[in-house]
Amino acid sequence: MDRNHLLRQVAYMKNSLFDQGYLDREQFTQLEELQDDANPNFVEEIVTLYYNDSARLIQNMEQTLVNRPIDFVRLEEILHQFKGSSSSIGAKKVNDACTQLKEYCSAENTEGCSRTLQLVKQEHAVLRTRLETYFQMVREAG
Amino acid sequence: MSGGSSSLGNVSRISALIVDDDPVIRKLHSAMLKSLGIQFQLAVNGKEAVDLYRSGANIHIVFMDMEMPVMNGMEATKELRAMGVSSIIVGVSSRCSDEEREEFISAGLDHCYAKPLTVAKIKSLLEGIKY
Repeated sequence: MDRNHLLRQVAYMKNSLFDQGYLDREQFTQLEELQDDANPNFVEEIVTLYYNDSARLIQNMEQTLVNRPIDFVRLEEILHQFKGSSSSIGAKKVNDACTQLKEYCSAENTEGCSRTLQLVKQEHAVLRTRLETYFQMVREAG
Repeated sequence: MSGGSSSLGNVSRISALIVDDDPVIRKLHSAMLKSLGIQFQLAVNGKEAVDLYRSGANIHIVFMDMEMPVMNGMEATKELRAMGVSSIIVGVSSRCSDEEREEFISAGLDHCYAKPLTVAKIKSLLEGIKY
């Protein structure tokens, strides 16, 4: 497959991620603008860092919902940090799910929190898969 | 103070401090400062930031997260101002309410912005730093 074709596929995949609401165009573009010869893999590195760190935050949020009584203040603190990280890489659908979770957390609605945390995890996992495929294509395009 | 056609002057003489417990934010803001040619140090909480100043660090501008373990941004900002630190301190937070923002500013910030920052925002903050 020639390089031009691969580059077009990369562009198509990226635009799909924007158009389908997985990634915030402005924020992700800002990450790409920070990538240069001195930092040739910056975008993939920061996304990898996000997934490594956010796994811990998700686990901590799950733990708060298992403990009794539920510490909704602690849950909100962890969620706040997770949302900040997610915003940094432009994880739009993840962030939208976090907004829903925050509302249930503020209302101290246990069932709502459990349900929306599952949604957060789902969006987090879907984006990871999509980005892994995207970065694989970027590497192939050279 | 150096002049020149660039409003940032000789940026390599500007030193910054990024204070944030979130490694993703630290990496992002580091890359932004690096792209502008700014020297910087990192601290993972307010206490580390205060300790850096106590050890004699010469810092022109601090990017201070609000919520951090050990010592948060408000406490660290108050401590630094009480120590007589006159560096520009920029609060960086994802807390949105006016009340939270005002409380952070009243701790001694020069500015407060939502995170993540942008290169353009950082550049505007750096303009006119006297060193």
